[in-house]
Amino acid sequence: MNHRKTEVRHQKSDKKYMSLPVLCLLISVFFFLFPFVDQSAYHLDVLTTAGIYILLALGLNIIVGYAGLLHLGYAAFFAIGAYTYASLNIAYGVPFWAAIPIAAIVSCICGFLVGLPVLRVKGDYLAIVTLGFGEIVRIVFNNLDPITGGPNGLLGIDNPAIVYPVFENGLVWKKFDFGVQSWPYYFLVLISVVLIAYFSLRLDHSRVGRAWIAVREDEVAAGCMGIPVPQMKLLAFGVGSAIAGIAGTIYAAKQGSVTPDSFDFILSVMILAMVVVGGMGSVLGVILGGLVLSILPELLREFSIYRMLIFGLLMILMMIFRPQGFLGNVRRKYELTQR
Amino acid sequence: MELFFQQLINGLTIGTIYALIALGYTMVYGIIQLINFAHGEVFMVGAYIGLTVILVFGFAAGASLPAALLYLLVILLISMIVCGLLGVLIDQVAYRPIRNSPRLVALISAIGVSFVLQNAVMLIYGPMDKGIPQIFPDIKFIFGEVTLTLMQLIIMAVSLVLMIFLNFLVQKTQIGRAMRATAQDHKMARLVGINVNRIISLTFFIGSSMAAVGGVLFGLYYHTINFHDGYLAGLKAFTAAVLGGIGNIPGAMVGGILIGLAEGLGAGYISSEWKNVFAFVILILVLLFKPTGLFGERVSDRA
Repeated sequence: MNHRKTEVRHQKSDKKYMSLPVLCLLISVFFFLFPFVDQSAYHLDVLTTAGIYILLALGLNIIVGYAGLLHLGYAAFFAIGAYTYASLNIAYGVPFWAAIPIAAIVSCICGFLVGLPVLRVKGDYLAIVTLGFGEIVRIVFNNLDPITGGPNGLLGIDNPAIVYPVFENGLVWKKFDFGVQSWPYYFLVLISVVLIAYFSLRLDHSRVGRAWIAVREDEVAAGCMGIPVPQMKLLAFGVGSAIAGIAGTIYAAKQGSVTPDSFDFILSVMILAMVVVGGMGSVLGVILGGLVLSILPELLREFSIYRMLIFGLLMILMMIFRPQGFLGNVRRKYELTQR
Repeated sequence: MELFFQQLINGLTIGTIYALIALGYTMVYGIIQLINFAHGEVFMVGAYIGLTVILVFGFAAGASLPAALLYLLVILLISMIVCGLLGVLIDQVAYRPIRNSPRLVALISAIGVSFVLQNAVMLIYGPMDKGIPQIFPDIKFIFGEVTLTLMQLIIMAVSLVLMIFLNFLVQKTQIGRAMRATAQDHKMARLVGINVNRIISLTFFIGSSMAAVGGVLFGLYYHTINFHDGYLAGLKAFTAAVLGGIGNIPGAMVGGILIGLAEGLGAGYISSEWKNVFAFVILILVLLFKPTGLFGERVSDRA
């Protein structure tokens, strides 16, 4: 069995993964240099928003792409992250950097809590239950006025700031506030995307990643091979939710405010569309999907009312002609097309 | 006690509308094991078609009761046919090519259809709430402090008649028998000479036309419709279908009425702000503790 496993991985790595690190590096370098070439704040803002979407898509990819659990309430965890930072910051002045791990942990725990009962159902029922959960979270944030500010949301969240050492007459610590400029957020998001993407890639090839693939392909068989199926599913939920929490914190910091409207069902579906269109289970594909689906509406600004219509059509056509997405991973392709 | 009876009536009214939508979910699920996510949008389209018919024919308020009933019949028939065909079209375009793919693929395609329909309607009719003119005379039956409007009575009556008719169709007729056979086993149904694809199309037609009736009644009841309305109503109707046991037609009817009652009484006694939460909580509880629903024999957690 061990032998077969390595064989399968070799087949994959021979063709595709030799050049992958190089490709990833080139893409990262391009985006790191981008602000030095193009200084338009509008472009940077669009890319920053795209980056937050990509973070979410990468997180959802772990749940949907890796573990094969259909999740339609993902925006709820994004909301939980954003509200965690917003409320902690406003009530206790918790700074951005401390809020990131807190938000990740809170979202992760919520992911576990939702996952525990919810994993008893499968397939499209799981999708519906997660959808219902997502709606409940949004309505709760909308109605719990004292804590969440109700429909108006929370305003006046602090911008992130960093301190850095300068040598003028000795060592001095200077404070740099992100303020309302575009580029600090751009780099913040870019670095987060790179880190999470690297994390996802490593996860894909880890013991846990292989266990997820096994669970996705055949739960019963995976269980027979000694994989703890419920724990693996929960882990996927937890990790995916934690990433959404991080993305939520960054979003809240960038916006300076959070409102329950920003986390509706459409957002969950949009993120799912990014994962599906890009290619479930493929990190590069998901990044591409996120980039395309968040920049496309900006390019089509004058047609923006047709945006969702086009998305809908795209989703149908994609499912009919290329269910594995732009850069679907090979194994996923066979799962989706052969039966 | 007045509050209880009033909310009972309100809940029953909206519950029968949910039941009509739930029928489409449950029938389609019974036949091809697909959660037709776009079904709520068909309901919404039904309401808009109703509005269009009212405007085109110039049905005005102030007509006598028999005339108003005739208007309603015309509106319902046109809306049913248009939505029925729409349902068949949806199946042909978005579901048939991927009939043998895993669930995930069909579900995402269904969400795609839902987006297309919502946005097509938004582009045609505009993003604002559309008012729907009243066609029935404003008659109220007052029992003490409890009011039952004519519209509520008509909604319940129309829904009840349709449900009885549908139950008869499925249980007693040749077509119904073919539908039940197809639901049990496509291959065997084909072997005994049933045109399975035609039966599936027919199921989509009937389910969608029921949703259209729901849509028209919903529009006439609330006097307003928005392209967003299908999503929430569809979700609640799906909850109803699951509650009754998905694939089970009487179950969908009972489930719809129960959801409506829960919503009405919940809004009356707890808070109307949380009105929309009740259906989701019921949905989650049912799926977790009794996934077969109240009357279902099917196990709903098949992947």
